[in-house]
Amino acid sequence: MIEKKTMATRDAYGKTLVELGKENNDIIVLDADLAVSTKTALFGKEFPDRFFDMGIAEQDMIGTAAGLAASGKIVFASTFAVFGSGRAWDQVRVSVAYTRLNVKIVVTHGGITTGEDGASHQANEDIAIMRALPNLTVLVPADGTQTAALIRQAAKFYGPMYIRLSRPKTPLIYPEGKHDFKIGKGIVAREGKDVTILACGMMVSKALEAAEELAQKGVDCRVVDLFTIKPIDKQLIVKCAEETGAVVTAEEHSIIGGLGGAVAEVLAENACVPMARVGIKDMFGESGQPDELLVKYGLAPIDIIAAVKSVIKRKK
Amino acid sequence: MILKTAIQELEDRARQLRQHIIAMTCAAASGHPGGSLSAADIVTVLYFHQMKHRPDDPGWAERDRFVMSKGHAAPVLYAALAEAGYFSVKYLKTLRRIGSSLQGHVDMLSLPGIEMSTGSLGQGLSAANGMALAARLDKRNYRVYCLMGDGECHEGQIWEAAMTSAHHKLDNLVAFVDHNKYQIDGQIDEIKSLRPFADKWKAFGWKVLRCDGHDISSIISALDKACKGTGRPTVIIADTVKGKGVSFMEERPLDYHGKAPTPEEEKKALAELCQLARPKER
Repeated sequence: MIEKKTMATRDAYGKTLVELGKENNDIIVLDADLAVSTKTALFGKEFPDRFFDMGIAEQDMIGTAAGLAASGKIVFASTFAVFGSGRAWDQVRVSVAYTRLNVKIVVTHGGITTGEDGASHQANEDIAIMRALPNLTVLVPADGTQTAALIRQAAKFYGPMYIRLSRPKTPLIYPEGKHDFKIGKGIVAREGKDVTILACGMMVSKALEAAEELAQKGVDCRVVDLFTIKPIDKQLIVKCAEETGAVVTAEEHSIIGGLGGAVAEVLAENACVPMARVGIKDMFGESGQPDELLVKYGLAPIDIIAAVKSVIKRKK
Repeated sequence: MILKTAIQELEDRARQLRQHIIAMTCAAASGHPGGSLSAADIVTVLYFHQMKHRPDDPGWAERDRFVMSKGHAAPVLYAALAEAGYFSVKYLKTLRRIGSSLQGHVDMLSLPGIEMSTGSLGQGLSAANGMALAARLDKRNYRVYCLMGDGECHEGQIWEAAMTSAHHKLDNLVAFVDHNKYQIDGQIDEIKSLRPFADKWKAFGWKVLRCDGHDISSIISALDKACKGTGRPTVIIADTVKGKGVSFMEERPLDYHGKAPTPEEEKKALAELCQLARPKER
């Protein structure tokens, strides 16, 4: 199921932006002094006239993006997830979401795998605060293939978006070139009947690993890639809950308000089944290597396995 | 040189806008009359003298853009748009009512002629920069005007944006500061001084002009000096009086920052504004 090849979603973003830049002169890219890390520097090198490094000024970057978009441009604005969400939240709220302008806020270094930079730079709350904003579409791609496809779709789709990418290389789940992802529709990445693991971002590959291991123990897990956090795919969540009778969510984010929160909202109103959330437990992270942090903060396949076992127990 | 009669017409227009501001905030029983009145002459000059715009074609690509960064001064902008013909003057009375397009703070999606939604202070100049950059990218000649409050200049984002405008040499951008010296909690000098205000803008790389924000000729002459080709963005610091045109609001500006006139006060204010008006025949 999981291909051995790995790619950082931010690398897929940078590469796709350059392709888009060649196809459409209206694409403008903004960054806030992190262009080398977010990979927008690739676009900047190719199209210096359409690239603006706004300096260390995220609020101004978002406002400028809004002004460019109000003038008909398709604007990609990038920085780290902590800054693109938290630092500029009010600017996103009033200048971008309220105005429904065509600004794509594409952030990298989402979640705890930002690693060594430590807690100040690990965005574990961004999905929660961004999905609360009306008009904003929120995406968390699972791999490089999906990122490339969604960035292309974002350029064509009119309206504000928040797209969260990550720093480290992660396994490719989908074959390169696959592009038929539908925003708002989850993907059943693995069929199963005992329990459904709903995941987003790099946790989709962890969920698939967990499912593989559980299969050997006779537990048949369905794995769903819910890369669209908003609008959430209610229909699929309810269907999975009804068909498998138990749900586990897995995300590289706080268990408060993110994917787990969104799924819990849907289930509480439509299909009450045993549910468990795998995520960061209402705490700040720390410096460390991404893999070490995933283990220490409860985001490893073993944590998903434990959650699956707990919900299956509650099913009976 | 602008004709004296043209100036008088603009003065009449500004008085008309002031009457609308009083009437609409009174009808709404809420809103921000003080900072709307202080900006009335600037907005008049922009919409009835300076800017290229087409009320019957609000999306005209070559139009000049106006960003009302001090979004609470919505009434003065609504009054100007209505007088210019973007929508009926009668509609002004729906200000702040449920279902109305005349939101408490300007909303670009609900009303033609509004270029940017604002309300959370400090955000308009960045958006104006984006529009000015877009004009350059598209090789269009339109200019971008942005009106900020002086208290608003406490916001850090204003200064982030000020650096951006100067760095990109946006000489198609003219910013006004409605310098009425008051914010909700008191006098700016007492709350948190902006001084030396003009020097701050100069240090940020701007061409700085000063004008009497209630003298039509002074505003026009500043705008004439702010023309393109300077290689710098221009800020016009307009000295204004909060509540200008209504004696009791000028005397007690803090009472009318975010408080509408009562019907009795409305009557008094409108009478004063009418008294100031020139006789129709001249």
